[in-house]
Amino acid sequence: MDITFENVTYIYQQNTPFAHKAINDLSFQIKSGSFVAIIGHTGSGKSTLIQHLNGLAIPTEGKVSIGGYHLTKEEKPKDMKELRSKVGVVFQYPEHQLFEETVAKDIAFGPQNFGVSEAEIKTRIKEITPAVGLDETLLERSPFDLSGGQMRRVAIAGVLAVKPDVLVLDEPTAGLDPRGQKEIMDMFYKLHQEQELTTILVTHSMEDALKYADHVLILNKGTKYMEGSPEEVFSQKEALQRVQLDVPEMVQFLNEFQEKFGTAITFKKQSIKELAEAIQQQIKGAEST
Amino acid sequence: MNNSLIIGQYVPGDSIVHKLDPRTKITIIFFFVFIVFFANNVAGYGLLTVFALTCMFTSKVPIRFIIKGLTPVWFLIVFTFILHLFVTKEGTVILDFWVFEFYSGGVIQGFAISIRFFLLILVTSLLTLTTTPIEITDAIEDMLHPLKRFKFPVHELALMMSISLRFIPTLMQETDKISKAQASRGVDFRTGPIKERIKAIVPLLVPLFVSAFKRAEELAMAMEARGYQGGEGRSKLRELKIEKRDVFVLILFILVVAGLVLARIYG
Repeated sequence: MDITFENVTYIYQQNTPFAHKAINDLSFQIKSGSFVAIIGHTGSGKSTLIQHLNGLAIPTEGKVSIGGYHLTKEEKPKDMKELRSKVGVVFQYPEHQLFEETVAKDIAFGPQNFGVSEAEIKTRIKEITPAVGLDETLLERSPFDLSGGQMRRVAIAGVLAVKPDVLVLDEPTAGLDPRGQKEIMDMFYKLHQEQELTTILVTHSMEDALKYADHVLILNKGTKYMEGSPEEVFSQKEALQRVQLDVPEMVQFLNEFQEKFGTAITFKKQSIKELAEAIQQQIKGAEST
Repeated sequence: MNNSLIIGQYVPGDSIVHKLDPRTKITIIFFFVFIVFFANNVAGYGLLTVFALTCMFTSKVPIRFIIKGLTPVWFLIVFTFILHLFVTKEGTVILDFWVFEFYSGGVIQGFAISIRFFLLILVTSLLTLTTTPIEITDAIEDMLHPLKRFKFPVHELALMMSISLRFIPTLMQETDKISKAQASRGVDFRTGPIKERIKAIVPLLVPLFVSAFKRAEELAMAMEARGYQGGEGRSKLRELKIEKRDVFVLILFILVVAGLVLARIYG
């Protein structure tokens, strides 16, 4: 589903002394099937932005369109539930939303609310449990007995079990160990490709944005600061540092490399291996001349 | 979040009402509650109304907030007025309508009671509008101090109060967060039959309790780790101090009380 923001402004607690503009005249477009990373400093409006994607927040001004659903102050979709079944949101620390007696029941909670049949739910649980890296023996355990990482996986499975078209991830790997972070991000990426999801990732990690996203949106103080492909955005070091963001390690390395060796390797989202080969070529080239 | 309930909703400002020592404010309100019932004539009520309205205007709290705070009790005020109109049978009959007879006493009584209600709620909500909850707790701890002699755990009580007040916004944030997460999973808190809506509360309450207990445990551990010890010998970050303006306002209030007594005797 294509997602469009048109001049969206969102004000918290309007008409009180506590009024606070979280999003200010924001416009952008997300194409169906793309993987978009939204990056910004704390308080830049990222979390508010994603709440617009499934109608948890309605724009104070402007218009949000998700597929055929339009959200404006005057016009709301009649069936918000339908929209929410199409847009799955994994919030920050999603393990806080667990409440059922068993893991299986908690995963089934979302699909049940959206009217998926019991038989279908069972097959979905069977599919999803291994996909998120959970052991099937855990299904009958209480989610509160699990480790933090396992709880996170259960919560993610609960969102995926709804089978959304759009997957919104709000710092899904915060607080996990490095291996867990990689496993979970790889899992999301695999799902993104296999099921042709539109994925929106809110993150602080430039590395993740570089590795997975094909479009990057940088927010600052509720407005769009930069937008483009990861290669375009991440090569602008000064502009990023102006909003307290850093370039990914890869870009940093390439800059340092250029300074020390006097020869440049163009940055084009290489893998570590490709980068090593490029360096090898540079060095060999230097030797032969 | 509930916008109609103003209790505990502090509106920042730097008026003299905001700056007064919370003990002064609590003392005045404590006695105000009594003397409201002491007034029995126009002069008396007039004096109290002028006092309350003066406080309201000097506090510079937007009228909007005060009216909002009063909305839940408007009904009560109007209801008592009407009840008095029908039930009180004093004075002369001023209107005879079908089977009802309205007496002048009823109208007067109705007005008096309604004004009492109005003044009480106005003044008490002014306290919470201009004083942070933490200031109120400090003031209560200080004012209850004499009870220490009877082994009353004043400090512990105050600590409990400030901890609970401190965590109200946190819990509200948490509620907001979890309800949004569950709404994303298809829970509908707003529409549908009552039975369904009550059932929808379970996925909200369970995570809320789990995290509240976790938080309590963490807080207790953190306090212990830093060697927390309450009561005797513990100094304070915010020292309460009676200033000139407190004395001035207290004297003003005593004058109002004196005026009220005079109004009652000669009125």
